[in-house]
Amino acid sequence: MAHAVEKHPVTGIPVNPEKATLEGKNKYVAFWFFLGGETVLFASLFGTYVGLLNSGAPEELRSYNIFEMGLVFLMTMLLLTSSLTSVLAMMNMKANNPARMKFWLIVTLVLGAGFLAAEIYEFIHYYHIGHTFTSSAFGSAFYTLVGFHGAHVTFGLLWITTLLIRNWNRPIDVHNAPKFYVSSLYWHFIDVVWVFIFSIVYLLGMVS
Amino acid sequence: MAQTTALQQSRKYNGLMDWITTVDHKKIGILYLFSGIFFLLLGGIEALLIRWQLVRPMNDFVSGETFNQLITMHGTTMIFLAAMPMLFGFMNAVVPLQIGARDVAFPFINSLGFWLFFFGGVMLNLSWFFGAAPNAGWTAYAPLSTQPEATGVDFYALGLQISGFGSLMAGINFLVTILNMRAPGMKLMRMPLFTWTTFVASALIVFAFPPLTVGLFMLMFERLFGAVYFDPAMGGNVIIWEHLFWIFGHPEVYILILPAFGIFSEIIPTFARKRLFGYTTMVFATMLIGFLGFMVWVHHMFTVGLGPVANSIFAVATMAIAVPTGVKIFNWLFTLWGGQIKFNVAMLYSVAFIPSFLVGGMTGVMLSVAPADYQYHDSYFVVAHFHYVIVGGVVYGLFAGLYYWFPLMFGKALSEKLGYWQFWLFFIGFHLTFFPQHFLGLFGMPRRVFTYLPNQGFETMNLLSTIGAFFMGVSTIILLVAVVKAFMSKHVVKPDHWGDGRTLEWTLPVPTPEYNFAQTPLVKGLDTFWLEKMAGNKRVSVAEPVSDIHMPNNSLIPFFMSLGLFIAGLGAIFQKDNMVIGWSLIAFGLLMTFVSMFLRSWIDDHGYYIPKSQVEADLKAIREKGEQ
Repeated sequence: MAHAVEKHPVTGIPVNPEKATLEGKNKYVAFWFFLGGETVLFASLFGTYVGLLNSGAPEELRSYNIFEMGLVFLMTMLLLTSSLTSVLAMMNMKANNPARMKFWLIVTLVLGAGFLAAEIYEFIHYYHIGHTFTSSAFGSAFYTLVGFHGAHVTFGLLWITTLLIRNWNRPIDVHNAPKFYVSSLYWHFIDVVWVFIFSIVYLLGMVS
Repeated sequence: MAQTTALQQSRKYNGLMDWITTVDHKKIGILYLFSGIFFLLLGGIEALLIRWQLVRPMNDFVSGETFNQLITMHGTTMIFLAAMPMLFGFMNAVVPLQIGARDVAFPFINSLGFWLFFFGGVMLNLSWFFGAAPNAGWTAYAPLSTQPEATGVDFYALGLQISGFGSLMAGINFLVTILNMRAPGMKLMRMPLFTWTTFVASALIVFAFPPLTVGLFMLMFERLFGAVYFDPAMGGNVIIWEHLFWIFGHPEVYILILPAFGIFSEIIPTFARKRLFGYTTMVFATMLIGFLGFMVWVHHMFTVGLGPVANSIFAVATMAIAVPTGVKIFNWLFTLWGGQIKFNVAMLYSVAFIPSFLVGGMTGVMLSVAPADYQYHDSYFVVAHFHYVIVGGVVYGLFAGLYYWFPLMFGKALSEKLGYWQFWLFFIGFHLTFFPQHFLGLFGMPRRVFTYLPNQGFETMNLLSTIGAFFMGVSTIILLVAVVKAFMSKHVVKPDHWGDGRTLEWTLPVPTPEYNFAQTPLVKGLDTFWLEKMAGNKRVSVAEPVSDIHMPNNSLIPFFMSLGLFIAGLGAIFQKDNMVIGWSLIAFGLLMTFVSMFLRSWIDDHGYYIPKSQVEADLKAIREKGEQ
């Protein structure tokens, strides 16, 4: 049974609208477990990648000779900033400011799309110099790890876009707040994974 | 509540459509159980064919290639499509009732988990009709599994991937259900042991399945899309697969055995009519086994050559698991000690489990000694060991659970008379099949080889083993007869069928209403129903007045989400031979899945309310029936 939830006197919605109902709490807890599983998924991919780093690749196609660190730095900045804007969106959601929440979500989407475009450009560039999915075990492992992350970003973009369009003209309530909230958890998770990709794939790749 | 009471059920389905769209955990439990039994029969037939091939030396009943397909499909089917789904069946049917909940936390995802498992299982078995079943063993070691001509492995990679997604969702669902959906007073340390073991097994699923997901993706990319992780000529490394597989594979055996432990921990106190001995240590032993289960995967790889340090660490960790398992064995024995024991079929299986599983546990400790393992490795000794723990542990648990909870799930009871025959044939057949295999292994018979030469001392033991397998075959037929007989019977059981029920699931009327509890129960301690009975109460206390009950709507979306992945999976396999057809199927299937996900997000589905008047009428009818 849905018990009456106490509303905050200023915002007019519960203090933590994403956890105000049992359904919201369930989604919140479940999503943390899901991210736990995703952590193991990426850990497996990282383990594979480190095991196959530069394996089977000729000298000119080894990590330190191909990685475009300028572009990667730009991508890192885009994604890290999008994590910040996603926090701003959630703060506005809790403050019951739908207009500002939507604004920051759109900024998040734009930054995420910029990251994705840069990643696609990066992959095409590597493809042209001969570093491909099938060129060596290193190539296979690289595209699998970074590609899995890119696929997560793509899914996140589609997800947040869907939520944004669906709830464009609706107030923030205990029904849609958990949806926004877990999508932002997901977005932070993608960001954390990228921090590891930046360190383990790119930085380690430049010095190995 | 005025506007919420107005919510109506969106659509009521009947017949087959009801089963396809259902989000009721009790019905999904039945779907899991029967799909599991179906695959158990398939895997059993494969086992009989294997044993028939090995009945005498130089037999030519099946070819070596067919034999490889049979052993691969037997193992894969039994683990992923029979044992796990049957356990999920009991978890679904029982856990929400044991914690006093009206449903699982995510009824929609529950349905999705089932359909993903189902389509994954169908895909794996479709391989028989597309030329060849997978033949690289259930472990699918590279480079055996990456041979281009082993096309059956494509179905292995895609089928297990799809059903694995389903398992992951089921795992998350049970974790959240058990944490968030407990009735008032149902503290963690008052939860029945089956709920506890489900909780720990679910945590194992969430953290163990992702490495398999990664491994299967890699296998798929390598076989179908030209990746070279496992190809040494391209810098690849075959050992990566072994690590990923066993990081998943070892926790997997605890995912199977822990819920079985839970089932025995329900049945033994019920029919010994005594509180479970050492409840707290049981809970902590379960957690410890779950934790250590992640620390031992290299004991499957002792002969790979990872070095003495790695082997020693993993050997010690493996031996350590014997301690919490021993704690459990003694707790079951002490529960029996001094109890007023009733020996029905469920109890027979539980009591027979203790020594049978113990044998498997002892050979497990033998295998954990790394230097000795070099002798046992890849011999029939290993086959005997894991069948003693999986059949003597998990399958006994499944049968015990089936007899025990059948009345709860179906309102009918299985025949105890047929059950005794079924039990004794199975018990004798099981030991006759697998006990001699210890010696076959020690005599030097390798596993996974389709025949053997005469005069090597293998004949008698293999013959005994095959006879035993057919005992188990006959026993399974008797079980099917018993199930059919129960369904044909008009006799409907009473609530608390065994009379000695201790936990909340036995407080419910027969058949269980779709909302389970008309009023959420108030839990007063461990075995709360038993406590109420001892206090002279017929019913357990309730925690709320009768009111409207919120229910989720049925949905077709999970079916189509899963079907889409199934079609895309087939496309991924076909694109190797025919680009156009294959990629069209991939595009169409993925589109179906993503559109389904989009619709799920887009359509507001707030469920519906069963009005208070309806619940009151149901309650009245049940009480009148009870007083007759």
